[in-house]
Amino acid sequence: MLRDITLGQYYKTESVIHSLDPRVKVIGVFVYIISLFMIKVSQGYIPATVFLILIIYMSKVPPGYMVRGLKPILILMIITGLFNLFLTPGEELVHFYSLRITKEGVRMMIEMILRLAYLILGTSVMTLTTTPNQLTDAIEKLFSPLKIFRFPVHEIAMMMSIALSFIPILVDETDRIMKAQMARGADFENRNLIKKMKAMIPVLVPLFVSAFRRANDLSLAMEARCYRGGDGRTRMKPLRYKKRDVMAYIVLILYIAVIILTGKLFGQV
Amino acid sequence: MSIIVDHLSYVYGKSTAYEVRAVDDVSFCINEGEYIGLLGQTGSGKSTLIQNLNGLLKPEEGSVYYDGADIFDKEYDRKKLRSNVGLVFQYPEHQLFEADVFSDVCFGPKNMGLTRTEVELRAYEALKMVGIRDEDFYISPFDLSGGEKRRVAIAGVLAMKPKVLILDEPSAGLDPGGREDILRLIDSIRQETGMSIILVSHSMDDVAEHAERLLVMYKSHLIFDDTPVNVFSQYETMNEIGLGVPQVMEVLTGLRNKGIPVRTDMITLNEAKNEILRVFGRC
Repeated sequence: MLRDITLGQYYKTESVIHSLDPRVKVIGVFVYIISLFMIKVSQGYIPATVFLILIIYMSKVPPGYMVRGLKPILILMIITGLFNLFLTPGEELVHFYSLRITKEGVRMMIEMILRLAYLILGTSVMTLTTTPNQLTDAIEKLFSPLKIFRFPVHEIAMMMSIALSFIPILVDETDRIMKAQMARGADFENRNLIKKMKAMIPVLVPLFVSAFRRANDLSLAMEARCYRGGDGRTRMKPLRYKKRDVMAYIVLILYIAVIILTGKLFGQV
Repeated sequence: MSIIVDHLSYVYGKSTAYEVRAVDDVSFCINEGEYIGLLGQTGSGKSTLIQNLNGLLKPEEGSVYYDGADIFDKEYDRKKLRSNVGLVFQYPEHQLFEADVFSDVCFGPKNMGLTRTEVELRAYEALKMVGIRDEDFYISPFDLSGGEKRRVAIAGVLAMKPKVLILDEPSAGLDPGGREDILRLIDSIRQETGMSIILVSHSMDDVAEHAERLLVMYKSHLIFDDTPVNVFSQYETMNEIGLGVPQVMEVLTGLRNKGIPVRTDMITLNEAKNEILRVFGRC
């Protein structure tokens, strides 16, 4: 029922993308997201699409699995699309009463939907190919220079990794609680919005109770193992760049160059 | 009132890398008033199977018939079915949510659309049946002890007056006293109401003591459907699939291997005691 949410769920398989240093992937996603917002001309979406398809293909994660991650933001995508379709001024194509569709509107709609979809897909590639632990390691390492400003890098990284690894657990928990309440006659398929919200109370209360219980258990378990923050902790698997990571950075730089180039090439037209 | 399970198969994560056939071609039927023990190791498909019985999961192949009607038929009222086939999940106390015990038990019957008087009457009866004291009716369910919380949660399902009650490991995580209490409670519920019981369990001793018929799941298949004595007489197979037999049977088998001529087809403590006394000639 709720198993469709792929964000934050690691997909176990062996691929080039999986074996990359997590820092490369974090920086890669960051750069990719920035590149999406740098695109000013429609042609710029071609390299962005090609790049994404290539990465997904190389990650060996089934594309269907990845696309399923878009479902939760489908409504957001539709609303954004419609707003752009009707509210962009420009050359008019058709109009019903006061609503008008413009040529620019159609273009904006397609671009906005693509941008949103690529944002989610790009991030999904990272979370599907990187375990939460690797991800935290990478973030901790990347932000470690901030330690001189007494910024609690390790603590924040730890909090993030806990939050990430709890997503699938809480999704499963929600699924279970919903089923338990359905067994008691609860109805979640009601179309009435207020009734729908009311029907969530029997799910949310137990879910919060269980989240607090889990948090409590986890903090106890951490204390029992003498966890006391990041100072002086060593790693079992320290992060080291390998040859393929350097190659990945080169590919990334090339990609950015292509994006800038297409912008320059078609920008003047 | 009977349930017929017909060649049922259930698949998790169809056409993904995680595809698992959790229940594979399982058929059996449940008659009125029966007390059935459902056995199997963790991951053998028990929990998936029982969620198919009240329509929470839809099977890949096969179907389930309640009172002769296919419950996966488009027109079938599955909400009503769920009040007839009551399912108590594992750790049911995790589903409590209301501000007080009484309102929580009212949730089920209220969803059935009964009148307020009827709802409250049923909640009262159910709470009485599971042995919750009157003065605890209006306290927060979260202030109760673990065993009491569980009994309140069971009352929440009982208040719908199901014809079949399915309990998924109702004694998991309780101390020995609490376990015994829950099992005795189930016996008394059955005597008072005559509902059929399906008890999912890990404990051979528990089901040997209480159930009339056993269903044994192994790796998604139903491998036994027989009386406890007959199932446990498959001593080798039961050990091989990691379930084992009741402890008293182990003792009797041990005695027999030492050359003492006891019968080994005794599965409850009382039977075993009498058998040993008989052989040693003290009765």
